[in-house]
Amino acid sequence: MAGLAKTMGAGAMTNSIEEITESQVLFVIGSNTTEQHPLIGSRVIEAVKNGAKLIVADPRRTYLAERAYIHLCLSPGTDVVLINAMINVIIEDGLFDENFIEKRTEGFEVLKQDVLQWTPERAERITGVKAEDIRRAARIYAGAERAMILYCMGITQHNCSTDNVIALSNLVMLTGNVGRPGTGLCPLRGQNNVQGACDMGALPDVLTGYQKVTDPNVREKFLRAWGAEIPDTPGLTVPEMFKAAEEGIIKAMYIIGENPAVSESHLSHVEKALAGLEFLVVQDIFLTETARFADVVLPACSFAEKDGTFTTTDRRVQRLRKAVEPLGNSKPDWQIIVELAARMGYNMTYKHPSEIMDEIASLTPSYGGISYDRLEGPGIQVPCPHKDHPGTPYLHKDSFARGKGKFIPVKYTPPAEKTDEEYPLVLTTGRVLYHYHTGTMTRKIDFLNKKCPGPFVEINPVDAQKFGISNGDVVYIKSRRGEIKAPARVTEKIKQGVVFVPFHFAEAAANYLTIDVLDPVAKTPQLKACAVNISAGGEKHGDN
Amino acid sequence: MTHYVKTVCPYCGCGCSINLHVKNGRTVRTSPAVKDSINKGTLCIKGMLAHEFVHSPERLKTPLIKENGVFREATWDEALGIVADRFRKIKEESGGAAFGVLSSARAACEENYLMSKLARAVLATNNIDHCARL
Repeated sequence: MAGLAKTMGAGAMTNSIEEITESQVLFVIGSNTTEQHPLIGSRVIEAVKNGAKLIVADPRRTYLAERAYIHLCLSPGTDVVLINAMINVIIEDGLFDENFIEKRTEGFEVLKQDVLQWTPERAERITGVKAEDIRRAARIYAGAERAMILYCMGITQHNCSTDNVIALSNLVMLTGNVGRPGTGLCPLRGQNNVQGACDMGALPDVLTGYQKVTDPNVREKFLRAWGAEIPDTPGLTVPEMFKAAEEGIIKAMYIIGENPAVSESHLSHVEKALAGLEFLVVQDIFLTETARFADVVLPACSFAEKDGTFTTTDRRVQRLRKAVEPLGNSKPDWQIIVELAARMGYNMTYKHPSEIMDEIASLTPSYGGISYDRLEGPGIQVPCPHKDHPGTPYLHKDSFARGKGKFIPVKYTPPAEKTDEEYPLVLTTGRVLYHYHTGTMTRKIDFLNKKCPGPFVEINPVDAQKFGISNGDVVYIKSRRGEIKAPARVTEKIKQGVVFVPFHFAEAAANYLTIDVLDPVAKTPQLKACAVNISAGGEKHGDN
Repeated sequence: MTHYVKTVCPYCGCGCSINLHVKNGRTVRTSPAVKDSINKGTLCIKGMLAHEFVHSPERLKTPLIKENGVFREATWDEALGIVADRFRKIKEESGGAAFGVLSSARAACEENYLMSKLARAVLATNNIDHCARL
């Protein structure tokens, strides 16, 4: 999101899910869409059936990659090189949108000079993708009237995530593929309300609607509304908080609906941090791996037991409606927070979440027109600044949120950890269709457990042979930080030199292996690439 | 009698509309909503089973307090009392910088807003984040 904020001024999906089928070219990079965002995956397939050309860049031969016009099977962490080379081809061939560049952007000349070095041949040596395929992909993307880019954590969970996103923005603006239906640059958000949590200011540097805590006018406005001073320096991100906890700077944590003891990178550090806290409160619907570390556990109720709103990946605010009463003595998260605040001497008086939304609307320009009475139908896409505003299906129509779009040349930063003799393979992580995040919810469901009972590691047949591994062998996967055990799935669907482990399963948590290096700007962990080795354990696994 | 309530799927960010079918106070089935929905009557396998974990026997139903390394059940009054006391004490001794607050991308907008308000206005810290990077 930091990358998009720099180039266009707004960190969100520029266009809508509805518009996918209007695109002529879809470029999917770093997203296993069918398994992670099934609805969007099916829309991509629908677009292909309507004649759209699909380009997929991924080290794995995903469902979409198998159905793609071109599959760019790149090495993990080399995205910048691939994109820069596509830009090189588009400029070389004169396929850029001169009119758009002239009217809507700045910095083109600098970019043009910079990408001269990124010939497809040079890119082939780094990415492993044939120069000819890079040329074809670039020409197809640039040749379309309406082309849309979809990306996910394969782009953002790297030490160079901000640069990856900036490189993609360069490609989009170069070809004028933004500000119209069926175009754009679309980060797919993996959790039902990531967009909402960001919009609401559950972030260390901003309040609602990305109003900066460093801005004195913003602080003044919230001081008047909340009756309390807002601290004026940005706080810590999740990975930084765990470092600070390990160092004893953070003494108490309050964690709701998250399971960092499985989802964070370099888990042994996180466990140490959690165990060392003076006081930990966890509020969740299940006794998660994280909750086991808590001093006090507060039972929240599930989505089915409360009212509220979720904001989708394409910025649509939708109503969550209570279907059943809270189980046992559990309570909605909002009510627990209100009661805790009261006990600490701070008065919050809301009878219903709709009143909280009214307060949000009064303080947040992009949600200014949102209220529950307007959300009975299909919901409203933000920005929606006032009561008569219909919402915004696509962003940056006549101008970018930051005024002119900015081209920023990006350098290639290789993954922070290189493979070597001891750790010769690159590990990449992700999800499977049948499970969700750390499995807290989905692993309680029999059918899903039958479909995908536990952890596994995907390895290419060539590598499997090299390491003496056959399909179904239980193998040890080891990095400089930890070791896990899982049955091997030998498959050509993964690139040689790369192995894949899903991160859902606490008993073989992929994040014991991952590295806690962060992107310097976005502070995203490099979950998608670290060096590992693999060795046969001798056991055979059942029918995995 | 079974009735259904239109709501939003709790999993990925697509935001498919679902109908939760309710019988005797329990969610018994999920079906995709057709009208006013992005998914127009379709739903993935996770979504089709969205009702199942709601009544899981493993759900937390009462506050828990850890004593000598073991959890025991507690009332809301006791649990919130302890949390408020400890938070107040840590704030007095070490200030807002001693807190870390993790909000949730699974919680509603309103709840994320209140977590931000609690962190900033009550605990005096900007150390609030959630799993957007994961």
